[in-house]
Amino acid sequence: MEGVFSFFLESAFLGLFLFGEKRLSPFAHWASAFLVFLGSWISGFFIIVTNAWMQHPVAYRVLPNGQYEVTSFWGLLTNPWALIQYAHNMSGAVITGAFAMCAVGAFYVLEERFSESGKIFLRVGVVTGVIACVAQIFPTGDMHGKYMAKHQPAAVAAMEGLFHTERGAGIVLLGQPNEQKQTIDNPLIVNDVLSFLIYGTPKAVVEGLDRVPRDQWPEPLPLLYYAYHIMAGLGTYFALLMAVAAFLLWRGRLFATRWALWPLMLSFPLPYIANTAGWITAEIGRQPWVVYGLIRTSAGYSKNVSAGNGLFTLLGFMGMYSALSILFVILVYHIIANGPERAASAQVAEPFTVA
Amino acid sequence: MGFIWFWLVAGMIIAYAVLDGFDIGVGILHPILARTEEERQISVRTIGPVRDGNEVWLIAAGGTLFFAFPLLYASAFSGFYLALMIVLWLLIMRALGIELRMHMEIHVWRAFFDGVFFISSLLLAVLYGAALANVIRGVPLGEDGYFFLPLWTNWRLGPEPGILDWYTLIGGVLALVALALHGALYLAVKTEANLQLRARAAAMYLSVALLAITVVSLPATIAARRDGLDNYWAHPIAFAVPAAIFAALAGIMFFSRKQDDRKAFACSCVYLAMMLVGAAVALYPRLLPSSSDSANDITIQKALSGPHTLHVGLVWWAFGMALAIMYFVIVYRMFRGKVSLEHGGYGH
Repeated sequence: MEGVFSFFLESAFLGLFLFGEKRLSPFAHWASAFLVFLGSWISGFFIIVTNAWMQHPVAYRVLPNGQYEVTSFWGLLTNPWALIQYAHNMSGAVITGAFAMCAVGAFYVLEERFSESGKIFLRVGVVTGVIACVAQIFPTGDMHGKYMAKHQPAAVAAMEGLFHTERGAGIVLLGQPNEQKQTIDNPLIVNDVLSFLIYGTPKAVVEGLDRVPRDQWPEPLPLLYYAYHIMAGLGTYFALLMAVAAFLLWRGRLFATRWALWPLMLSFPLPYIANTAGWITAEIGRQPWVVYGLIRTSAGYSKNVSAGNGLFTLLGFMGMYSALSILFVILVYHIIANGPERAASAQVAEPFTVA
Repeated sequence: MGFIWFWLVAGMIIAYAVLDGFDIGVGILHPILARTEEERQISVRTIGPVRDGNEVWLIAAGGTLFFAFPLLYASAFSGFYLALMIVLWLLIMRALGIELRMHMEIHVWRAFFDGVFFISSLLLAVLYGAALANVIRGVPLGEDGYFFLPLWTNWRLGPEPGILDWYTLIGGVLALVALALHGALYLAVKTEANLQLRARAAAMYLSVALLAITVVSLPATIAARRDGLDNYWAHPIAFAVPAAIFAALAGIMFFSRKQDDRKAFACSCVYLAMMLVGAAVALYPRLLPSSSDSANDITIQKALSGPHTLHVGLVWWAFGMALAIMYFVIVYRMFRGKVSLEHGGYGH
C-alpha cells in the first residue's frame, strides 16, 4: 500500500516539483509540493499502522499453519494505537521542521543577512512550533502514555523506573535505575504525579515491574528508561522555548530579543534526538516481543543470516551514514550561507569544461 | 489468485526493468558518451525528473511480493541478504551521484559524483542480471524453505553455489549490455547534436554485442536449469516469446540504422519485457526453484497469502496502480522532447 500509493505519488511529484519550476504555473508548482507532502504523510501513516500492529495486534486470526492473517483491513487501519501513534509521530515531525526553519531564520536575523526571509522563517517556525510542541504533550503524548499503560504495562513500568507497584506512584524526574537493587539512585521524585497522569487520580495504583514475569521485562532496561526521559525532557524544553518565542513574537519583540534567538538557532539538532529517543522508547518498550503478546523477538530473526553478515552490513551502513552526515553538513551550510535569493539565480547553468 | 498475483508481480518487475533500466543505462554510458560539462549536465537531465519515480517500481514490486508471497519474500530476502544490502547501498549511491553533482562548482566534486553515478549504475546492472540468473538456476532450499548464499564459493554450479558463479555472471553481463543499450537508445531519443550521434553509435555496437550474448545465454540457461524448456514444450505457443526476443533485437538494429530513435527504444523495451516473460514462463509455477531437491521448490502454492488478504489487496492494488500510471503519464508528458540546458533543472 505504501509503495503503490505513497511512494509513486511522492516520487513522481517530487520530480515535477524540482525540475518543473520553469514549466509549471506557480499554482501547479505549489500543487506538486503539496502532493509530495501528501505522499510522504500517507507513507508515514502506513508505516505507523504496521508498527502499531506489532505493538498492539488487532483484527487478526491464526491460520491452521500458524501464520497470522488480517481479518479486517479497516480494523488494521483504525487500530487505536496507530491513530494515537501517528498523531504523536507527525507532531514530532512538525516540531523538527519548525525548529529547522527557526534555526535558519534566527541565523539570518542575528547575522543581519537576508533578514526579511529570516523573519518569515521565524514567524512560520514559531507559530507551527508552539502548536506542535503543545500538541505533542497534550493530547498526543498524554493519550499515548495512557494507552501504553493499559496495553503495555511492563513497558510503562520500565520506562518510568517503577520497580515496585505503588499507590500514589511518583514521577521520576531525575535518577539512575539500579537493576541490581531494583531502585532508583539519586532520585528526584514528585509524589502522586505518575498515578495522576495515567489514571487521573493521584492515589491510583500503578503496576510496577514486580507484577511482570522476569522473562517479559523489556531489555535493556536502563536504555529504555533514559530514552524515555530524554524524549520527555527535551519535549518539555521545546514547549517552553516555543512558548516564550511565541509570546515575544506576539509582542513584536522576537526579532530584537537576542537571548531568545540564540537558543532558537542552536536547538535544531535536539528534535532529531528527541524523535530518535521516542522511537527507542517505543521499540525497546515492545521487547521482548516483536509482535506484542504473540511472537517473541527471539523467535523472529532470520536463522540463516549469520551474525557476521549482520555485523558486516551494520558497519557498512554506519560507514555510509557517517560519510553522508559529513556531506550533509557541508552541503546544508553551503546552501544556508548562500541564502534564498541566490538559489533563484542559480537556475541558469554555468557551463564550464571538466578539464 | 496465485496465477494472477504471479503475473502482477512479474509485470511490476518488468515495469521496473524497462523504466529504471534506462536510468541505469544512462549511468553506465555517461562518462563515455558525455565528454564536456554541458553534455554531462544534459545526460543527467534526461533522467533527472523521472529517476525517483522509476525506482519506486522496485519497491512496489518488493512490497507486492511481501504481500502476496510472504514465504518467498522471507526466504529470498534472508537468503540473498548480502546481495540485497549491496543493491540497496548502490541505489543510495546512484541517487547521490545524480543529485549532489551540481551542488558545488568544483571540478573534482563533479568528477567524483560522476564516478559514483557510473560505478553504482554499472554494478546495479550486473547484480540485477545475476539476481535473475540465481532465480533461474535455483538455490539450495532446505525443507523449511530457507537458504543462505555467500557472494561466491567456487564459481561453479553444484550443491553449494554462491550468488556469483559462471552462469549468473553471464546473466550479469547480459543485463549490463542490455541496459547500456537501453540507455543509449533513450539518450538518442532525448538528446541532440554530438551526444545523440555518439549515443546512436554506441547503440549500434551494443546491439551486436547483445545479440551475441543473448545467443550464448540460451544454452547456458539450459545447462543451469535442465527442465527450463518443459513449460515451452507443454505449451508450444510460448515459443512466441523467444521469437519476440529476436524480433525485438532485429527491430533495434533496423530502426537504429534508419535513425528512428523512438521505435528503436520501443523495441528495446519489448526485448527486456520478453526476456523477463521468458524467464517467468520457464519458472511457472515455481517462484524460487531449489538447486538441490525439487521437492523443496518454493511454488506459488507454498508461498501464497490467505484468500481474504489477496482479494482485498487486488482491489486496492488496482486502484493504486491506476493512480500511479496517471502520475507517470503526467510527468513523462511534462518532460517530453529533447533536453536542453536553457530550461533550468533545479541545479541538475
